[in-house]
Amino acid sequence: MYNSKYVIPGIILFVVIFTSPFWLNIFTPKYNYPELAKPVGPNGEALECIEPVEWMRANHMELLIEWRDAALRDEKRVYVASNGKEWETSLQKTCLQCHSDYDNFCKKCHDQNAVEPYCWDCHIQPQGNK
Amino acid sequence: MNANRRYFLKVAGLSTFALTAGVGATVAKAVNATKEAGDGSYKASENAVHGKRFAMVIDTRKFQTKEDMLPIIEACHKFHNVPNIEGPKEIKWLWHDSFHHAFVDDTSPFIPEEVKNRPYFLLCNHCTNPSCVRVCPTKATYLTFQNLVAIDYHRCIGCRFCMAACPYGSRSFNFSDPRQYIKPEDLNHQYPSRMRGVVEKCTFCAERLELGQMPLCVEASNGAIIFGDLNDPESNVRQALAENFTIRRKPALGTEPGVYYII
Repeated sequence: MYNSKYVIPGIILFVVIFTSPFWLNIFTPKYNYPELAKPVGPNGEALECIEPVEWMRANHMELLIEWRDAALRDEKRVYVASNGKEWETSLQKTCLQCHSDYDNFCKKCHDQNAVEPYCWDCHIQPQGNK
Repeated sequence: MNANRRYFLKVAGLSTFALTAGVGATVAKAVNATKEAGDGSYKASENAVHGKRFAMVIDTRKFQTKEDMLPIIEACHKFHNVPNIEGPKEIKWLWHDSFHHAFVDDTSPFIPEEVKNRPYFLLCNHCTNPSCVRVCPTKATYLTFQNLVAIDYHRCIGCRFCMAACPYGSRSFNFSDPRQYIKPEDLNHQYPSRMRGVVEKCTFCAERLELGQMPLCVEASNGAIIFGDLNDPESNVRQALAENFTIRRKPALGTEPGVYYII
């Protein structure tokens, strides 16, 4: 083989650089969900969200858009959750009644994930647990 | 031979039973299965006020001065987070004007002084043939199933075609962020505000009708403003229209406005 002292290290270097995302990923710390202010009831008990927490974490944005279209376009303002409970399809009148701490709930996760939803241009942010 | 046949039938019968029982159990399981997360459904509120053609009848005799109107306007604007802006960039859902400004079709210059000097409530007429809905390029403004003219602010691009099309001047444009004109402590947390660059107007309180409540101006007027379904001959608006002579704004345009004035 011609120039094997250049070619073989070159190939090895290429493989290392090419697969570097995998190596780097193994050594970086795991993604941690930020500590959120979870809503509590009047006696400090944990409250259940309208759908399971895991599902809400992944799908709340789609749910809110569904709610918007249901309320405005289909004139259906009651959401029957998968557990049969009924809720008014309103961000401010339903969600924010429990999730009343904007800075420690919505904002924390959105900031960490670098998303800037424009909900709050119109909808009024909760003022925290004042 | 007989024993073999009996044995065969026993086994066949048992296996058929086992199979159908298995299928039955899975079917029963599928029917009774709890729904998956996020598998919710939507329905209309049971308390909703239903109607196909909502209309408002305003007894203008009961509002002789502008001061009579202020509490009603305030009730509306406060609840809906309507900013108070002076000058040509004002935002208004419910406002008042003089007789000749409100009823431009009336050409008689000789009307009773009392009628002429009275202020008149003006608001979105929620027309049967709304010109604003026809011109909206994004379908942000639309007719609901109850034939109310609604705006989806999420979809409004602020082109203001609807403002040009509306013959009643019922629509206002947000030239700047309306929040800067409302004190934070005055914001109503039960209702959104609007953002810069969208058009807004009276909604006939569609969100309240949906929950079985009357519009705020109707509630605040002590019976001087009546609201109901025109298509229902027994409704209070039909009775008020049968008992009193009423006029509408610019009827010749054919938009079929839904606000009637008892003069």
